Amino acid sequence: MTTKTMAIPTNLKNHTSVKETLRQTLIMAKRGLIKIRRNPEQLADVLIQPIIFTLLFTFLFGGAIAGDIASYLPIIIPGILVQSVITGSIATGVQLRDDMDKGVFNRFRSLPIARIAPLAGALLADVLRYAIIVTLTMLMGFILGMNPTGGLFGVLAASLLVIVVGWCISWIFAFMGTIMRTSSSVTGVSMIVLMPLTFLSNAFVPVDTLPSILKAFAEINPVSHIISAVRELLAAGTIGTDFWWAIVGSLTIVAIFAPLALHAYKKKA
Amino acid sequence: MSKAQYAIEAEGLTKVFGDNKALDNLSIKVPKGSIYGVLGPNGAGKSTMINILATLLKPDAGQATIFGYDVLEQPQIVRQLIGVTGQFASVDETMSAVENLVIFGQLLGLTTKEAHKKATKLLEDFGLTEAAKRPLKKFSGGMRRRLDLAASLLASPPLIFLDEPTTGLDPRTRTQMWHTIRKLVADGSTVLLTTQYLDEADQLADRIAIIDRGTVVAEDTPDGLKNSIGNETLILTVKDADQTEAAEKIAERITKTDVKIINTRQIIVPIADSGLAIDLLIALRKAKIGVKEFKIERPTLDEVFLSITGKKPKTEAKENENDN
Ligand SMILES: Nc1ncnc2c1ncn2[C@@H]1O[C@H](COP(=O)(O)OP(=O)(O)OP(=O)(O)O)[C@@H](O)[C@H]1O
Ligand SMILES: [Mg+2]
Repeated sequence: MTTKTMAIPTNLKNHTSVKETLRQTLIMAKRGLIKIRRNPEQLADVLIQPIIFTLLFTFLFGGAIAGDIASYLPIIIPGILVQSVITGSIATGVQLRDDMDKGVFNRFRSLPIARIAPLAGALLADVLRYAIIVTLTMLMGFILGMNPTGGLFGVLAASLLVIVVGWCISWIFAFMGTIMRTSSSVTGVSMIVLMPLTFLSNAFVPVDTLPSILKAFAEINPVSHIISAVRELLAAGTIGTDFWWAIVGSLTIVAIFAPLALHAYKKKA
Repeated sequence: MSKAQYAIEAEGLTKVFGDNKALDNLSIKVPKGSIYGVLGPNGAGKSTMINILATLLKPDAGQATIFGYDVLEQPQIVRQLIGVTGQFASVDETMSAVENLVIFGQLLGLTTKEAHKKATKLLEDFGLTEAAKRPLKKFSGGMRRRLDLAASLLASPPLIFLDEPTTGLDPRTRTQMWHTIRKLVADGSTVLLTTQYLDEADQLADRIAIIDRGTVVAEDTPDGLKNSIGNETLILTVKDADQTEAAEKIAERITKTDVKIINTRQIIVPIADSGLAIDLLIALRKAKIGVKEFKIERPTLDEVFLSITGKKPKTEAKENENDN
């Protein structure tokens, strides 16, 4: 029997170039967006939280903390922005976990693509989620009468900062998503980590009103720095030390958790 | 490197899960351009073997090369040479068939346009055109299976792994799948497929490895395997049920073997030499025993399997059993 056999190319490379990696990441992000479009109800919490929280906190605490609603808005809106985006980034880990349990990830792992692409792509698609949170919260602020004295630059820079920070933080939850067994355990553990971080910060109340131990924590809490940076941008349109702390902190998170997540993802059978 | 003689060469593969040895020193050589069947009962280690060869799982010991490229040292090259259809569908449920194929195609380096073209062509080949835009949630098992195979063929890989490609398919779809697999090889690919169905391996494979408890217990061509466990048998049906016992006596006298009566008019006679069959027929005529039907059967792979592993294999849906 004479059989023809396919020729095997001889110029094959065992690594993926940076350019290819970026391209593959974008394709994976496109996949994430298609999934969101197919299943828009997964955005429900993202839509509801900013609206409910803004109304709730403003009317509940506005009078007590700042005297009146108008003067509370510059404090609370940055708080809710950061809190909602960070909470929203948990969903990244949860969905990654769900996704990885499905067979399609086995196919991704058998394709000649950069190992990081499926992870980075999924996280990139979630930028849409953060953008929606930021837009809605800002909108709520404006409706209630927020007047950002930092001008358009302040609003845009603050929005961008929050989105970048949210993306960086989502690597923590991506890592949790890759090491944990079920998506509900990802949610549970993430919430336990996040509750103190977001509530024991300057998000909702001035730090001075806190008992001294909590105050010390709230002051070093990175979330407080992010919120302060956002407030400064909205109020004055200026970039201060808090901004740089927020950026450095966020990049540090990526530097630690992206390799961890990648390593865990590679090891997963 | 590409001058490698074999598509797959694996040596001493061992994989342990907890205290369960899924693979135990398994070695296998798959010639290029052939269909290689891996046959084994549940839990034999078939999927584990494929996962290691497809770079999805690292072995605890042993090594393997695909067209000469090491699965551990050069996994990214290996991935460019293989297509994998796993035991469980690896496509995205929330997306449509086209969307799935286009994403995979783009990841493989095709442009959006090329990916669409290739996806359309494959969906056509696999009879999925009508369902192309429907979400996969509405796909039947067979459609999903076909889409899964289509996804493995996007890059026209020279080596294709198929893990139980026909499990759960109806007879018609199974026949289609066989046809597709044969065509892949005709086009120059090498196919390694696992199956629990003996007749599938028998019909498709050029060579078969029977694996049990993580190791290869027999390896040969389908004919070689059948010959290895012995002789042909003659199944003889007499016209008159009263003469069955007489026929048995005569058969035993002539063949000097243990002849069995399998029902009121049928006897089964092991024969080492087909000349004896003629002697037997002549003797029966002399004794005025009318013969209604007789046929010579080779041992089936079922018998091979049973004699090697001591287990009964799964039996095939009857529609596909064609014994002549
Ligand atoms: N990820 C895993 N963790 C633990 N044990 C595993 C894992 N994968 C496989 N096994 C075990 O290894 C053995 C071989 O499994 P494998 O899936 O390779 O068998 P198989 O021949 O493909 O079986 P089947 O015909 O049922 O698909 C089984 O005992 C199985 O329980
Ligand atoms: Mg299996």
